[in-house]
Amino acid sequence: MATSAAVQAPAIRKETQTGDMIARLIVFAFAASILLITAVLVYELWHTSALSRHKSGWGFLISRVWDPVTEEFGALPFLYGTVVTSAVAILISVPLGLGAAIFLSELAPARVSSALTFLIELLAAIPSVIYGLLALFTLVPLMRIYGGPFLKSTLGFLPLFKGPSYGVGFLTAGIVLSIMTVPYIISVSREALLAVPREQREAALALGATRWETTWQVVVPYAKLGILGSIFLSLARALGETMAVTMVIGNDPKITASLLSAGHSIAAVIAGEFSEATTATYQAALVELGLVLFGLTIVINGAARLMIIATTRKGSKRP
Amino acid sequence: MVKTNMKRISLALAGLLMGSATVAMAQSINAAGATFPAVIYQKWFDEYHKLHPAIQVNYQSIGSGGGIAQLTAETVDFGASDMPMTPDQMSKLKVPALHFPTVLGGVVPTYNLPGVTQELRFTPETLAGIFLGEITKWNDPKLAKDNPGVKFPSDDIVVVHRGEGSGTTFVWTDYLSKISPDWKAKVGANTSVNWPVGLGGRGNEGVAGLVKQTPGSIGYVELIYAVQTKMAYGYVKNPAGTFLKADLATVTDAAAGAAKNMPEDFRVSITNAPGKNAYPISSFTWMLVPTHIADAAKAKAIREFLTWMLADGQKFAAGLSYAPLPKEVVAKEIAQIKKIQ
Repeated sequence: MATSAAVQAPAIRKETQTGDMIARLIVFAFAASILLITAVLVYELWHTSALSRHKSGWGFLISRVWDPVTEEFGALPFLYGTVVTSAVAILISVPLGLGAAIFLSELAPARVSSALTFLIELLAAIPSVIYGLLALFTLVPLMRIYGGPFLKSTLGFLPLFKGPSYGVGFLTAGIVLSIMTVPYIISVSREALLAVPREQREAALALGATRWETTWQVVVPYAKLGILGSIFLSLARALGETMAVTMVIGNDPKITASLLSAGHSIAAVIAGEFSEATTATYQAALVELGLVLFGLTIVINGAARLMIIATTRKGSKRP
Repeated sequence: MVKTNMKRISLALAGLLMGSATVAMAQSINAAGATFPAVIYQKWFDEYHKLHPAIQVNYQSIGSGGGIAQLTAETVDFGASDMPMTPDQMSKLKVPALHFPTVLGGVVPTYNLPGVTQELRFTPETLAGIFLGEITKWNDPKLAKDNPGVKFPSDDIVVVHRGEGSGTTFVWTDYLSKISPDWKAKVGANTSVNWPVGLGGRGNEGVAGLVKQTPGSIGYVELIYAVQTKMAYGYVKNPAGTFLKADLATVTDAAAGAAKNMPEDFRVSITNAPGKNAYPISSFTWMLVPTHIADAAKAKAIREFLTWMLADGQKFAAGLSYAPLPKEVVAKEIAQIKKIQ
């Protein structure tokens, strides 16, 4: 590409080149502004959390106490809640979303596919507080009356499903998050699957593969990058989700193995306590939680990048 | 024809609006703080604006902590808070601020106990015991003793508290700290605390929702919220030994009971106030006004507004389910207005 552009360059008129220069500068400025915003964000988080960082040091990350009265602050219960709820959400939404995307792109008649896709995109546009309220009044009682007792009677031997079940907790929050993130997975994965060239499918079918073998062994691997992208997009959404989580997680900063018990999450505690945080250290501790969430997102996104690099090397070459 | 008329009318209206807007610009006052009194404050500012079109108060209900922070940063003309400022917060102010109690609120215990139709009675000991996690069953002898004739089930008690920081939690934990040395030592009072037991619901509606859905649960909500949503709530025994069900009159009486020993600066908690008819879990909410306001016209406007608020403004309180100030406190506050310069 670069060489052919260089060869063509002399043929282009001068004013176009200045136009190109300006356009290039403008888009560069836009791209740079993203970096700048991120830098300012990190600086602000770092600077504003100074009071708390100096007071608790690295202990902040491993302390399990959150006591605004004695001003002892620890991030671990919130970090745990954020990770656990997001993991539950992804575990549910990936198979569900991928399955639906495969149906919509490979099997459904075009009219059904576009109608359903419209509905799914509508789901993604619903504000999270609506999901939270709906969950509080429908999912929470369902989990308390049916879900919790069912899980305890069938899988109760696992530490994951022990203890009293009040309907609110990690599992309920995870389920709400999965409902909220599934439209992203469906929508983006469907686009990725639709972008797979027709020839790929025809070649597989011509070699004697069944419809399902074609889909699962040729089309899905081809669209892997897009599908992984959709998963990380929804993971990012799950990590940062606030309103829907805070309404159903129980807002109790404890670490328990049981998914049925109440917990808390980073985004929920920041949103819930910041406006009424009365002392400087308390506010700084909440800002530091923001810094922790930022760090967590970077770690997870970094891991995602590495995973994409690793899988694309192993898998089939993309053009 | 109709269309042109409409156009003319809307033009005239626009003109009127713009006219009044320019008048209103004459004195614009910015305030921020507590969310609990936001409804009555909005009402007051609207009513006052009708009487004095030149004065427009913009109130942002961003929370007590936010109100104090903005007052400290001098980005607002006055702040508002559901709890008095601490000495530490006062020391950070460049210009000292005065506390003006505006209305009162109460916090009530609400519960969900299937099969029990009577209204429950709580003593300080049982409330503290339940919220400390020491009383864990509804058929605890202590509860039975206070509620003769009630047949309690043997269900576990599920405690529900506010899951986010709030003035309501401050009032509730402040009360528990006063009546239980154990609570004071182990938990203390703040907008958010390290709860020994329980689930957190987001906002009054979150607590109410969890209580309604969870059999055997007990939580606390603002009196206003309980009244407006017609929730059932319990009696609480006050220091005079009376079991009281909170309403606007018993909450106002708590302030009247506390008025005798009220400090000059009004930075006082009135939970557990003396008085036969004083509801023990009551609290003021305050406006925080700097003692010195550089713009003399603005200072005058704020003084006049406060005078109006303490007299005519109080009449709007009950209609919006806020308990009005008792006259003892109003008299003391009027004296304090002079200190704003």
